[in-house]
Amino acid sequence: MREWISAKTTKVAVFLLALAPLAWLAAHPLGPNPVETITHATGDWTLRFLVLTLAVTPLRKLLGLPELIRYRRMLGLFAFFYGSLHFLTYLWLDKFFDTADILKDVYKRPFITAGFTGFVLLIPLAVTSTAGWILRLGGKRWRMLHRLVYVSALAGVVHYYWLVKSDVRGPLLYCALVVVLLLWRANSSLRSRTSR
Amino acid sequence: MPLKRPISVWSEVTPKRVYLNRRRFMAGAMLAAAAHRLIAGARLNVALKSPFSTSEPQTSLDVITHYNNFYEFGTDKAQPANLARDFKTSPWTVSVEGAVSKPRTFDLDMLMKLAPLEERIYRHRCVEGWSIVVPWIGFPLNALIKQVEPLSSAKFVAFQSSFDHRQMPQAQWAGIAFPYVEGLRIDEAVHPLTLLAVGLYGEALPNQDGAPIRLVVPWKYGFKSIKSIVKIRFVEQQPPTTWNLATPREYGFYSNVNPTVDHPRWSQAKERRLGEFFKRPTLMFNGYGDQVASLYAGMDLRKNY
Ligand code: HEM
Repeated sequence: MREWISAKTTKVAVFLLALAPLAWLAAHPLGPNPVETITHATGDWTLRFLVLTLAVTPLRKLLGLPELIRYRRMLGLFAFFYGSLHFLTYLWLDKFFDTADILKDVYKRPFITAGFTGFVLLIPLAVTSTAGWILRLGGKRWRMLHRLVYVSALAGVVHYYWLVKSDVRGPLLYCALVVVLLLWRANSSLRSRTSR
Repeated sequence: MPLKRPISVWSEVTPKRVYLNRRRFMAGAMLAAAAHRLIAGARLNVALKSPFSTSEPQTSLDVITHYNNFYEFGTDKAQPANLARDFKTSPWTVSVEGAVSKPRTFDLDMLMKLAPLEERIYRHRCVEGWSIVVPWIGFPLNALIKQVEPLSSAKFVAFQSSFDHRQMPQAQWAGIAFPYVEGLRIDEAVHPLTLLAVGLYGEALPNQDGAPIRLVVPWKYGFKSIKSIVKIRFVEQQPPTTWNLATPREYGFYSNVNPTVDHPRWSQAKERRLGEFFKRPTLMFNGYGDQVASLYAGMDLRKNY
């Protein structure tokens, strides 16, 4: 298992798998409202990759598989990748780069404000995701900075909750996942503090 | 029973022109039996073209039947095409009651005899910011209203959709209350643009589009055009409406298409006509201002959204 997790081929396979939603989107008819289909698919996958990224640390501990760490950066960057496609879809296909209209949206519409917050917070994390930046910032400061991903995921969930019209099953499911993953962290950091 | 399920399934897989020809042949053969029968997919006799029709390109039948907000059959717009397939629309009655001198229950055959069927090609604008152009078949709601003779105390008309949780198991997840209810002011209800639709593209309504009979109010957001109507009640007070009950701040009673009053969560200034890449500006009253603006003279449409 451990060797398999660490194998180069596994990593390549996971990388390709993470591109599958994009390939699926490109290969399928997009239905009566293509822009909506693309917006929803990219939004869904942004949130899914954020949840997967947040799940890596708990899974490492729970399963006793520390080598899962090899996938955390990749998953996080895929969240950023799908988030960028999602944001670009909005900027281009929804708003046609109408800056005034976009700024008005970000300022006036709580669901856009939340989504925008979630995405903007991912930018510094994507930029500082390299080994060089970890060295430059130092492990402790780097870890502090990267806790912003918690806020980003919560903002994503709030964004989703605010945008649905009445059927809240989707947002509540992701809300539950994110909350469980964050509570696990809170609990484990509390315990390590008290045992010290 | 002529013209049942298999034929309406063809329409999904056969190019429109081919199946229309085939349909015309079949319909010719069966006209005597099927005339004015409301069975999903049955060809209707359309006597009149309407001067209210737009000449804009019509949205394809495929889009009109696979992109439906019909929350009784699921909140995903692709779901009703599948989940409404076996919805039972016959026998069907519409009870017309309340402040009228002649309350009556109409079955479908009675409804079909109220007035000659017209084709009305209307723009249909959803509150979500998309629009379509639909060749409805139907007759003015006013033809039905005349039959029951409303009392002068009737100031509003309340409509109710069919609701059967056994046939609509997805409804429990919709997050809105059922049965779906809607309402119009009496002058809106008798307005010549207000249609009771029983078909589209020359055929009886597909189930997912509100079979067997639905309202079409083209100058209001689509959710006002209540589907699968079973009850129409004339009342003195403004009746409750489903989306207004769910989120009063977002959906008002009037819900006239209005590009200058944004929905709290999105702008209403533009819309995407399905099938088009660029958005187009949304027109006041969805472009029906000449006919309906006078109904709202002196009203603050920002307050009465
Ligand atoms: C962390 C960042 C973000 C996440 C996780 C996220 C996630 C989502 C999700 C899950 C959906 C719903 C998909 C569905 O219904 O299946 C969605 C829809 C949407 N998102 Fe985002 N999003 C993010 C950022 C943004 C940003 C920055 C914008 C634009 C400024 C944006 C604009 C939209 C729009 C316009 C919709 C569609 C709304 C509708 O259909 O009414 N999102 N997003």
